[in-house]
Amino acid sequence: MSGRVLVGVKRVIDYAVKIRVKPDNSGVVTDGVKHSMNPFCEIAVEEAVKLKEKKLIKEVVAVSCGPQQSQETIRTALAMGADRGIHVEVSGKDYEALGPLQVSKILAALAKKEEAQLVILGKQAIDDDCNQTGQMTAALLDWPQGTFASEVSLEGDKVKVVREIDGGLETIKINTPAVLTADLRLNTPRYATLPNIMKAKKKKVVNMKPADLGVDVATRLEVLRVDEPPQRQAGVKVETVEDLVGKLKETGRI
Amino acid sequence: MNRAFSKTSLKHLSGLLQRFQSTLVVAEHNNDKLTPITLNAITAASKLGGEVSCLVAGTNCAKVVEQISKVQGVKKVLVAQHDSYKGALPEELTPLILATQNQFNFTHICAGASAFGKNLLPRVAAKLDVAPISDIIEIKSPDTFVRTIYAGNALSTVKCNESVKVFTVRGTSFEAASTEGGSATSEDVASSSPTGISEWLEQSLTKSDRPDLTSAKVVVSGGRGLKSGENFKLLYDLADKLNAAVGASRAAVDAGFVPNDMQVGQTGKIVAPELYIAVGISGAIQHLAGMKDSKTIVAINKDPEAPIFQVADYGLVADLFKAVPEMTEALSK
Repeated sequence: MSGRVLVGVKRVIDYAVKIRVKPDNSGVVTDGVKHSMNPFCEIAVEEAVKLKEKKLIKEVVAVSCGPQQSQETIRTALAMGADRGIHVEVSGKDYEALGPLQVSKILAALAKKEEAQLVILGKQAIDDDCNQTGQMTAALLDWPQGTFASEVSLEGDKVKVVREIDGGLETIKINTPAVLTADLRLNTPRYATLPNIMKAKKKKVVNMKPADLGVDVATRLEVLRVDEPPQRQAGVKVETVEDLVGKLKETGRI
Repeated sequence: MNRAFSKTSLKHLSGLLQRFQSTLVVAEHNNDKLTPITLNAITAASKLGGEVSCLVAGTNCAKVVEQISKVQGVKKVLVAQHDSYKGALPEELTPLILATQNQFNFTHICAGASAFGKNLLPRVAAKLDVAPISDIIEIKSPDTFVRTIYAGNALSTVKCNESVKVFTVRGTSFEAASTEGGSATSEDVASSSPTGISEWLEQSLTKSDRPDLTSAKVVVSGGRGLKSGENFKLLYDLADKLNAAVGASRAAVDAGFVPNDMQVGQTGKIVAPELYIAVGISGAIQHLAGMKDSKTIVAINKDPEAPIFQVADYGLVADLFKAVPEMTEALSK
């Protein structure tokens, strides 16, 4: 195959950050909080770059939808080996309301425009935890989907995908063009080296708006409020295994 | 004038329709048995207050239809049996669900938030041009749902103004519907013509005599502290005494100690057993996301500073290689 891969990358609060809910319950504090590329998106980028290194595809295009800062996330993908970037700028209120349905419409429009043969995404973003965008993009394009992929091999005009399912693994074979979503075990993303970060600055990033793609970002989902989850009562330390088993028996747990 | 009239009557009509909720639960099964999470999804569907129908699609549906017909709260079982539903591929099931939706006009379509439900429902939603809602933990009203975001560190209450509400249900947040006492009618629905763009090849399932991780009453989980796959035997022995399922942290899976379908956490399985015993697990945010709704949490860890102790009801600061065999021994008495 000598096609093009579109990789979706999302800028999210860094996975190690302990998030805080805003006092007015309108959302989560994001200002001044460390952000980075969604871990599953990193895996998607790595897989696309690997396919290029194996000369199975010719070009990797990284796409991100969001405010100005999303460009940093695209630069990270470029430093990992993507060839060029597309930043679909969505900001302010529209960005707050931006969900998988809107993003999948944008990605589907871009996949057609760029004549992509594969769209690779992460299986979920660690902020909204939706696990929807890949499936929805596939639906809008009427392409098959290989979700929660832990192994991907191109076989002519088909893709063999090993998927992580509840009881173990399953293998499917799907036609291309197709949408794949990466699970944790698909690969280990590389670190961008300094020379590659410098090179990435020279790579092209095109800026566009959803309207340029004919996508309406209006949403019919309304977040009424965001709350802290209930806190657990502080527990006790026990000294010995005997104490532990005793306590569990007392409370009827064993 | 005429137009204005028809608009009002349309509005009136849709208002009427909205009062009659009807929910389609997409049943998950393996052609032999209903997957337990479907029972939790049926309970969630019943909370919406309307009529609950279940769709059973597969290559061999008779047994599952029989089971689901007896489930409390199910009014109607829709059956689609065809060879193209082998492997429950979303490319084949989506057109079927859309056709069913066209015929019956459900106000809600849901499934359990398992690998099956997560794979399928967003595809259906996109085809209906509606935004789906993932992994709900509570139903406030027919259009208002609660779900967790940021690895369970915040609860988001969402109002869905879509014409059809498509959602997946967190199994551990809703009781399982009773498998007896129901008397649903069953009816065949027309199968869709195969799309043929995907093909199911094979499955390799982890075989185990232990209870299923997501529905077990007791779960014993191991992390990096176990040091090797062989050492997991300590946990299997303990689990056997407790009739428990065995889980793992991402660290244990990544290190190759155990297969990934045992992973508990934000990106693995969400469990909420009566008793969760975390052994050699530090308690990273991503792991806590998968188990912090457990009724009682026990942590065994030699590091007194491990974050797992902040959520544990009972903490034992000890070397697991000593404490776990001792515990197994104590339970044998």
